[in-house]
Amino acid sequence: MALLEIKSLVKAFGGLKAVNEVSFQVEKGEIFGLIGPNGSGKTTIFNCINNFYPITSGDIFLKGYSIKGLKTHKICHLGIGRTFQVVKPLSRMTVMDNVTASVFCRVNSIKEARDRAYQILDYCNLLSEKDKLAKSLPIGGRKRLEIARALATKPELLLLDETAAGLNPSELDEAIDLIRRIREDGITILIVEHIMKVIMTISDRIHAINFGQTIAQGTPEEVANNQAVIEAYLGEDYAPGQ
Amino acid sequence: MKTRHVVLVIFGILFLVFPLVVPSDYYQHLVIIALMWVVIGASWNLLAGYTGQVSFGHAIFFGTGAYTAGILVTKLGISAWWGMAFGGIVSMAIGLFVGWICFRLRGPYFALATLAGGEIIRLVATNWESLTEGMVGILIIQTFRSKLPYYYIALALAALCIFVIDRVMKSKWGYYFVSIREDQDAAESLGIDTALYKNISLLISAFFTGMAGAFYMNYMAFIDPEVVYSLHYISIMAILVGIVGGVATILGPAVGAFVMVGVQETFRSAFFGLAPKWISQSHALVFGLLVIFVIMFLANGIVGDWGKIRRYVFRMKTTTP
Repeated sequence: MALLEIKSLVKAFGGLKAVNEVSFQVEKGEIFGLIGPNGSGKTTIFNCINNFYPITSGDIFLKGYSIKGLKTHKICHLGIGRTFQVVKPLSRMTVMDNVTASVFCRVNSIKEARDRAYQILDYCNLLSEKDKLAKSLPIGGRKRLEIARALATKPELLLLDETAAGLNPSELDEAIDLIRRIREDGITILIVEHIMKVIMTISDRIHAINFGQTIAQGTPEEVANNQAVIEAYLGEDYAPGQ
Repeated sequence: MKTRHVVLVIFGILFLVFPLVVPSDYYQHLVIIALMWVVIGASWNLLAGYTGQVSFGHAIFFGTGAYTAGILVTKLGISAWWGMAFGGIVSMAIGLFVGWICFRLRGPYFALATLAGGEIIRLVATNWESLTEGMVGILIIQTFRSKLPYYYIALALAALCIFVIDRVMKSKWGYYFVSIREDQDAAESLGIDTALYKNISLLISAFFTGMAGAFYMNYMAFIDPEVVYSLHYISIMAILVGIVGGVATILGPAVGAFVMVGVQETFRSAFFGLAPKWISQSHALVFGLLVIFVIMFLANGIVGDWGKIRRYVFRMKTTTP
């Protein structure tokens, strides 16, 4: 059984169907990429998964159980962690406190929470920044803090929303390395990414959408050579075979 | 950490011996009122400063505590001191209702809803004469003639309130409250039940504010809706105490309470009778100027910007030989 199953998901804002009949399954242990041009509905799918937006129709299953309509915090407790494309650091808390607050999702004692937060900061290479206020971090640090906070909630499935956007080349390699380490630790990853270097190197499978609809799914090579995908990104003129 | 403890112990001793050293009823009264404001300010600060839910209606809880104590006497004939417990509990019950309505709103809309709530409950208390005696108010007989017992009760209440809030803020709840203040959506996605924890913060805040109200009933022996449900004497004053002392600091409201009660009394009494009488009418104006000054130069309040104040004073000393 798939860890996460999205079934005929529709999300309409008034008359606009931002997500229209999208279905896919994420298997346990894989890195599943979700791509599409700007405004194609990737982040909307994330917001539907953790119920920031109520879905219009369709269903979402985690390990076979429907999580449709559950409160956002409940979904986090069930094991889905997420990061935000537009980072949301808890600005006036220290980096350490940001992560500690998230660890409380699983533990109650303050000492245990701080110990665990310390380990996670170490894992995400944020230890040197731990006493700084979150708002003082540069964008690379903030993106890593997003990941650290999501990891602190001990997710089985991690939703990464453009965690590599805005990073310089060396930070990019670090991010790829971090995402790989997370997967090796047994956490399944659903990732939205624009930077092809990232998504093509780390994904096991990729699902491509445009205007809220599925246009392709397959291995990175298959999707990269798919005519509909090339059309969506570059326009019809560049599609092969024309 | 060590010096901080020493300072706390010194202040504790000072407060314990104060009424024995200063026998004047007048000064004891001022400190009792300031201690009561420590409780209200600290409670407001828990909800507004730490949890980020700015209340413009803390008179709801203060008045409810006071009226609970008063009605226990007039309707049930039992001591108003029972109100210290029941006042807090009834305020919590009202708080549940306020939270149920107002927490559907965020930010300034929440503040406006609490503002409206305060005015509604004031009008209810004014017009529900069979329960509250309306504008006639409730008059009881004071238990003690001396100020001493009131002083120590107020001191114990203030100490308890600050201690509890300090402990709460160092626990999981404290982390959750601040997370909610910083970003409610992020908090929710990190597994924090924001609706639940906002209500917990509100209930703790309502409980202590209600106790302060019940204490006021016992101490002043007279209440009417225009005083205990007052927007500007209670709700706005609670905000001023918090802002002047330092929002989201443990000791800020305590410092703010003493500063505000001091300023209020200094102007109300026209500098203790030394200045012309018309000055006493200017205290609202002075409050306004003080708040503008604090917001412009000490945005984090006296305690929050203590380092800034100290640097400034230190620099003045070094530049003037």
